[in-house]
Amino acid sequence: MPTSPIAVAMSGGVDSSTVAALLAREGAPIVGLTLQLWDQTRLAGKHGIPEQPKAGRCCSIDDVYDARRVAEHLGIPYYVVNQQERFERDVVRPFVSEYLAGRTPIPCSLCNDHLKFDQLLTTARSIGAEKIATGHYAINEFDEARGRWILKRPVDRTKDQTYFLFGLTQQQLAHTLFPLGRMTKPAVRELARESGIASADKPDSQEICFIPGGDYKSFITAYLEEQNETLPDSAGELVSAGGAKLGAHEGIHGFTIGQRKGLGVSSPTPLYVIHIDPATHKVTLGADDELATLKLRANRLNWISIAELRAPMRVRAKIRHRHEPAWATLEPSGEGEVVATFDEPQRAVTPGQSAVFYEDDEVVGGGWIL
Amino acid sequence: MRRVYFDANATTPLLPEVVEAMRPYWIEHFGNASSIHQPGQQARKAIEQSRAVLAEFFNCHEAEVIFNSGGTEGDNTALFGLLHPGDHMITSSIEHSAVLAAARKLATHDIEYTFVDPEPNGLITPESILRAIKPNTRLISIMHANNETGVIQSVEEIGKIAANTGLWFHIDGVQAAGKIPIDVKQIGCHLYSISAHKVHGPKGTGAIFVKSGTPLESLIVGGSHERRRRAGTENVAGIVGLAKAAELAMHSLADGTIDKLAKLRDRLEAGILALPGTGVNGADASGKIAPRAANTTNIWFRDLESEALVIALDLKGVAVSGGSACHSGAVEPSHVLMAMGLDKTRARASLRFSLMKTATEADVDYALSIIPEAVEHLRRLAPVAAGTRG
Repeated sequence: MPTSPIAVAMSGGVDSSTVAALLAREGAPIVGLTLQLWDQTRLAGKHGIPEQPKAGRCCSIDDVYDARRVAEHLGIPYYVVNQQERFERDVVRPFVSEYLAGRTPIPCSLCNDHLKFDQLLTTARSIGAEKIATGHYAINEFDEARGRWILKRPVDRTKDQTYFLFGLTQQQLAHTLFPLGRMTKPAVRELARESGIASADKPDSQEICFIPGGDYKSFITAYLEEQNETLPDSAGELVSAGGAKLGAHEGIHGFTIGQRKGLGVSSPTPLYVIHIDPATHKVTLGADDELATLKLRANRLNWISIAELRAPMRVRAKIRHRHEPAWATLEPSGEGEVVATFDEPQRAVTPGQSAVFYEDDEVVGGGWIL
Repeated sequence: MRRVYFDANATTPLLPEVVEAMRPYWIEHFGNASSIHQPGQQARKAIEQSRAVLAEFFNCHEAEVIFNSGGTEGDNTALFGLLHPGDHMITSSIEHSAVLAAARKLATHDIEYTFVDPEPNGLITPESILRAIKPNTRLISIMHANNETGVIQSVEEIGKIAANTGLWFHIDGVQAAGKIPIDVKQIGCHLYSISAHKVHGPKGTGAIFVKSGTPLESLIVGGSHERRRRAGTENVAGIVGLAKAAELAMHSLADGTIDKLAKLRDRLEAGILALPGTGVNGADASGKIAPRAANTTNIWFRDLESEALVIALDLKGVAVSGGSACHSGAVEPSHVLMAMGLDKTRARASLRFSLMKTATEADVDYALSIIPEAVEHLRRLAPVAAGTRG
């Protein structure tokens, strides 16, 4: 092949479809790839999981159909790559284990690290494509001065996906294109319409893609049952910060830090989950102000704009997808760990989520909250 | 870009003679074969002439040939049309899903099945069939040639068992048609299904041989077409195309074309086996392979994933297959190879090459100029160490 083609990761949604259209318009040789990650019919109808998966969930037949139609429309070769086993091993299993351990996982980051930017890149390179392009909203550019690939927040701040991309290695960034980083979502939709892409008006997907209906507790129950595994008994007490018993619960996997609904405890003032103890199964409830924390610890770190954190650094830290990054001082702390000390206490620092550190628009790096 | 098509077991193109034979039946001779008038009689004549060709193809009476929509319908009809609640049937774990899914569906209607596993070389032994027979067994359904490996089953032996035990015997001959001579009398089967598009005929047309006296109920009910055994206005052009394709297939078997095809396949196979870390699936320790259809070889490649190799080869113009596609188009490891005892990693590292009878030396040369480099590139970039693939 004269020039190496670009492999476009196509989900069937408007963003990745527009990436394919953009690159095709520029005349680049492209190949469309869809990762088949999860069989949406697998647990359908079990434990209240909907019988019919909605479009906009990963790998529903409709989404693969949409991706294929876009590829046909653009006249590009298109293939579906089966990665269901790896997705189950590297994303679904850890997702279940994290909840059972009293933490609140982010499957999207795991999927990006293991599937989209690892397996997909490997598949792309093995079929002769040196680069992949995705529909993520992020900016990725090489900085000569530092000799590093830099990941930056996109022009459309409402669509910023850098939080889920902090795990990308320099090697992965060097082979990845984010063509939508400097576009706004309305402009993307407009371009999709202009390019005749049928999914131009398809709604954005919001929930966890492999959990139709969004009920993760039902998913965990149905998944373990399918695997012939028993849901570990993690029932325990609901207690106050002072240790007073407030009630009982059926399992720690039903809780996440900051949760207010479904606690089964009546109180004159709103109560929130402020701590989950996986050892004693105690779930501590408290008032809103008890949720605030000044420090967080994180491990399993990945650095992007710096090679390593050697000295304290002023950053803004983002602790969940919908969190406005807050000023903090970041310090190395022992082997492979950092501590971020916020200027102002932050609400609901949640183990299992990731902490991503920013310097202006640049992603410094990130890790997983302990 | 040059394109080489080595996926004949998926489908084949119409030969020009087939297109020419079909052409008049779309426009000039468009009649409904059930009509009384001349246009209807013209269509009827075309169907009955086609039936005579198929009778020769199967070596049966004309009245024993029913036209239908293809292999899946034939397979479904055999199972759904013969079995009743309380019955038991025997088939193999390497059948096409048209048989396997039909058997599983029948199981929800109180009809039992036994899936017999093949030997590591892909052959179903007659003894294993014999062992599976129960007092309520009514039907044996076995494929003649396997779609993934090309391995040809000992259908005559199984036919004898069926005769001795008074069981019905259906053969899924979709992958055998055109590749080996078919003689339903000699085999001693009651039903034999074929599909036109695997033998350079049109998609959506097929035929099933039904031995006279077999109490087969129609899967599709309606009018009294096909002697009340398959309702629906006949696909006249399709039937004419099937007959022409069957006629050409008989010529190819007689004039040495298929023998030449086997030599081409052998040359392709030898060229690939010259690469390190390759082997024919089903071959024993000494390299011996069960009898196979002339056009098929199934080869594993150590340390790679066939999915990526299929894509890489396709982008270079060589079309092959690496397993069966599920609903989304993603590839699942072949259930046939798994049933032969291959582990998942090896089943996932296997490719099927199936040549058309129109394949040329130049096609094989081109493929052999592409495959080694693609395999080496893939092994270098994406080594599949044991266990990394889950």
